[in-house]
Amino acid sequence: MLRIEGINNGIVIDHIKAGRAMIIYQHLQLEKSNYSVAIIKNAKSNKSGKKDIIKIDDTSNLEIDIDILGVLDPNITVNYIKNEKIVEKRHPRLPEKVTNIIKCKNPRCITSDESERELPHIFKLTNREKNVYRCIYCEQMYKRN
Amino acid sequence: MKHIISPLDLSTEELNDLLELATSISKDPKKYSSVCQGKKLATLFYEPSTRTRLSFEAAMLNLGGSVLGFSDSASSSVSKGESVEDTIRVISCYADICAMRHPKEGAPMVAAQYATIPVINAGDGGHNHPTQTLTDLLTIKELKGTLSGLTLGLCGDLKFGRTVHSLINAMVRYQDNHFILISPIELKIPDYLRQEVLIDNKIPFKEVQKLEPVMPELDLLYMTRVQKERFFNEEDYIRLRDSFILDMEKMTYARHDMLVLHPLPRVNEISLEVDHDPRAVYFKQAQYGVYVRMALIMTLLGLNK
Repeated sequence: MLRIEGINNGIVIDHIKAGRAMIIYQHLQLEKSNYSVAIIKNAKSNKSGKKDIIKIDDTSNLEIDIDILGVLDPNITVNYIKNEKIVEKRHPRLPEKVTNIIKCKNPRCITSDESERELPHIFKLTNREKNVYRCIYCEQMYKRN
Repeated sequence: MKHIISPLDLSTEELNDLLELATSISKDPKKYSSVCQGKKLATLFYEPSTRTRLSFEAAMLNLGGSVLGFSDSASSSVSKGESVEDTIRVISCYADICAMRHPKEGAPMVAAQYATIPVINAGDGGHNHPTQTLTDLLTIKELKGTLSGLTLGLCGDLKFGRTVHSLINAMVRYQDNHFILISPIELKIPDYLRQEVLIDNKIPFKEVQKLEPVMPELDLLYMTRVQKERFFNEEDYIRLRDSFILDMEKMTYARHDMLVLHPLPRVNEISLEVDHDPRAVYFKQAQYGVYVRMALIMTLLGLNK
């Protein structure tokens, strides 16, 4: 078993669906930061067999919008660590509306038009129980489990 | 300001008011012949659709207003790469109301975000065509006397036919309507419509592949065209197409008061012989389309009071 050291103060994003850690990493723009980051892929999970984990050390200046992360992966949990102990555990609540987080993949949507490059991709939550978002322009469905 | 982007943008109460106004117009069109005097409708047609554009233009002219616009993107500044946002900001300076047809889904919604005049969606790709739905509702209400307690047969291409999707969405808002969906397996309604609109709302419906056996049950039959290009192979198309062509032989199974509707243009899915049957109301439907667009223009311009 791979061993990664624990962190003193920071954030652990846990229960990321296996294979999705890099999506979260890129969304948080961690590649541009100076934080010490550990990405653990395919860690053993009792719930789902495999999961990814991201550990970020010393996050005093890092602001994370957990709800937005929930759009990318609704099952994640974010653990806040102080002095090596979990002081808070948070689950995302999907936001009603997201802008430029989900890209509309419908080639017939106005957002795909060459003349409309500046148009933001906006999705609205249409079914909270089923994690369903729809593009406000063409109603293309986006669903993450 | 109110825009009409989706058929569901109007509450059932607003819809009833609109349909009542359309009925009044149909009874005495002359009374409304100058209510829009001095007003201008811009028809922004990024793709050709002669029928819809002329229906809008006829509606505005009937109200005493004037029309301006373009009928395909090649003859507009769009061909120079102008965005919908810029176009609508400019058109808002020229006209009092606009109708927009666009090949891309959601374009009229983008226009509505930046317009200072009401925007009517005159069809956005395969997505919405609310004035067709209003036309269908007015036709049903006028000729059936009600929008509730009906058994609606929808026949043909139910997968890609946006008029069918919009009509189902609109009719589930009224009480006790039943749906019989008649199509080849390849062209059944999309899953989301079946699940989110029909099953989740406990709306009675059944899906069948033959028209004749269900004909006696129908209060109205909404026909659409089964297009050859929707099939994977010609063999399937030839095998299936005749099942979805309405002719007088199939009409013999129908009730004497069943109505046949079609959004038009018709190609071969309704035999010409059916045109002479009083139950075929698709040309009347085109006339109702003008009345309902007149009512919509008046309503959006605040001239309905």
